Amino acid sequence: MEAPLYNIVLVGTPNCGKTSLFNALTGSRQKVANYPGVTVERKQGFFVTPRGRQVSLIDLPGTYSLRGRSPDEEITRDVVLGRATGETLPELVLCVADATNLRLAIRLVLEMKHTGRPMVLALNMFDIATRRGITVDVPALSAALGIPVVTSIAVRKGGTDELLRLTDAIAAEAAPATHENDWQPHSVAELRATQREADRIIKETVSLPARPDTWTARVDSVVLHPVFGLVILAAILFVMFQAVFAWAQPVMELIAGGFEALGQWVQATLPAGLLQSFIQNGVISGVGSVLVFLPQIIIIFLFILLLEDFGYMARAAFLMDRIMGGAGLHGRAFIPLLSSFACAIPGIMATRVIDNRRDRLTTILIAPLMTCSARIPVYTLIIAAFIPAKQVWGWINLQGLVMFGLYVIGIASAMAVSALIKFFMWRDDAPAPFMLELPDYKLPRLKSIAIGIYTRAMMFLQRAGTTIFSMMVLIWFLASFPQAPVGATDPAIDYSLAAMIGRFIEPVLAPLGFNWQIAVALIPGMAAREVAVAALGTVYSIEGGKEAAEQIGTMLASKWSLATALSFLAWFIFAPQCASTLAVIKRETGGWRWMWITFFYMLALAYVASLITYNIARSMGAG
Amino acid sequence: MTIDLHESDPVRLLGQARRGFSGTVQALIGGNAESSLSAAELECRLIELGFVEGARVEVLHEGLIGRDPIAVRVENITVAVRRREAMAVVVI
Repeated sequence: MEAPLYNIVLVGTPNCGKTSLFNALTGSRQKVANYPGVTVERKQGFFVTPRGRQVSLIDLPGTYSLRGRSPDEEITRDVVLGRATGETLPELVLCVADATNLRLAIRLVLEMKHTGRPMVLALNMFDIATRRGITVDVPALSAALGIPVVTSIAVRKGGTDELLRLTDAIAAEAAPATHENDWQPHSVAELRATQREADRIIKETVSLPARPDTWTARVDSVVLHPVFGLVILAAILFVMFQAVFAWAQPVMELIAGGFEALGQWVQATLPAGLLQSFIQNGVISGVGSVLVFLPQIIIIFLFILLLEDFGYMARAAFLMDRIMGGAGLHGRAFIPLLSSFACAIPGIMATRVIDNRRDRLTTILIAPLMTCSARIPVYTLIIAAFIPAKQVWGWINLQGLVMFGLYVIGIASAMAVSALIKFFMWRDDAPAPFMLELPDYKLPRLKSIAIGIYTRAMMFLQRAGTTIFSMMVLIWFLASFPQAPVGATDPAIDYSLAAMIGRFIEPVLAPLGFNWQIAVALIPGMAAREVAVAALGTVYSIEGGKEAAEQIGTMLASKWSLATALSFLAWFIFAPQCASTLAVIKRETGGWRWMWITFFYMLALAYVASLITYNIARSMGAG
Repeated sequence: MTIDLHESDPVRLLGQARRGFSGTVQALIGGNAESSLSAAELECRLIELGFVEGARVEVLHEGLIGRDPIAVRVENITVAVRRREAMAVVVI
């Protein structure tokens, strides 16, 4: 007879190695989704015990207590207490503790005991603890806590055997010993008393290190140095950007080329007509425009996961806290903003680590101003067509300088917007506290990194793919209908809904130096910025193909003034030209309000910036 | 590393301690810090990070601007806090 699925949840403090234990137990049998109604990630995995029991394991967000100060921590509390909608009360709570850092973990275990759920404590990273000279009297600790205690080494083969055997033993018991839940949020006095109790238990059962982790201390003396620390951070960022923009290029070209070839194959195979146009221009180019960014997303996540697993991210937040505080930002906003250089979507999702809602909203609002990779094709095209490739001051390439300038303007305006938000909305409030554990450094594990990248890449494809795909279908429709009358000499798009919309908007955009063709290109550009390039090509009736980008450039250089080109660049620094980002903002802020605020403030910035750029350029004779 | 303590006034606030200071926590007074958190909530968070009376603390690192935030060794873990919040921790 098949025994029912056995439900276990993983609870532990941040940085206790919970996720690596989760990965060790479940391998790739994982499902990542969201809890209903909130944006907290729900990670569920499955495994089979030695005796053949099917187990479902949920990795709950790390927490220091059950008080639930952030959405993440509330989920942990609600799932453990069986209050979360759609979750079954766990049959076993698996507490995970970093064996080298038991103080906070034991306090959490003592608090968890009030919930009355059957519990097991796994002393993880036991190998590191042993190496550092920490010895734990496991039976005594188990007796003091009143729950089974096992040691585990998540990163070693067989390191979880004891845990699996114990799970079998507990699962086999008919009715595990439980008592009623009498957990209440702890008062200050209770917290203090529990920590004292934890310290007493540790004193009796654990002999503390003869050798502290000198390695971490030595690395920190350089990495957290007020000056060298920032230099090292800047160097890491430089390598990361090099990787994102240089290393990803060949793969991106390969993907783009593949989709182009596929499109041409469709063109050659299918009879000309609506179906061919839909598959080639709607489906293939739409999906391709998303997939082409996958290498950059993977590289940026590779860096972020490596730095996170190594323990560096908390240090980066420490170094940047006051510097970003000058712009009204929290130290923890650094990581989301960094991710936004690849794409604002993972950046906005990463703001979940900021527990203060105000700080989180500010970060979400400015994340789209960071120059994301989708702007690169637009910038590259316009710069190549209008900015001469000459050297200035002897050694700096003017085109590169303009590109760099566009990045700097993006960052500077993000900081300015954040400072303004703080000034106008909450200048009298004290800044939210910055309190963060700086974990000991650990060598990242290949398996953990691989699983992390895989799940995030899949999430990116799923989310961005569905939105952009549906937008591309819509744009294809607008650009294709109504069809050109028989015998028409003008390009077919002139008769389409897109052209009508373009001509309708044109008067509004005329002060910026934009013609109706640009207005039309901006509409598909709403789905994804880089689509504007393809749209301009379509509008100017250029055949696609290998030299397409170059041809669009030549065409634009002959049709646009320099003032228009610069105005177009200014527009793309600010304009909210990305439907997926707006969709993610709506989801992450839980409503339409902040999405519309983002949309309109960016639109206003874009309009003003373009207007100023156009008029200054014209007055200087570039009209 | 010098221990920056005045003989006449050994009790001080962690928020004022300089790099190299080491001592033990005497008390938590949430009201001492001009934090956006309530006094009780601030004390809770500090306790959750291991700041209880009797815990050994050492200021390991300071930030660049205004020597803020600080990285503090609390028993066997390292915690980053801003000086503003560290004002709630009375140390000796």
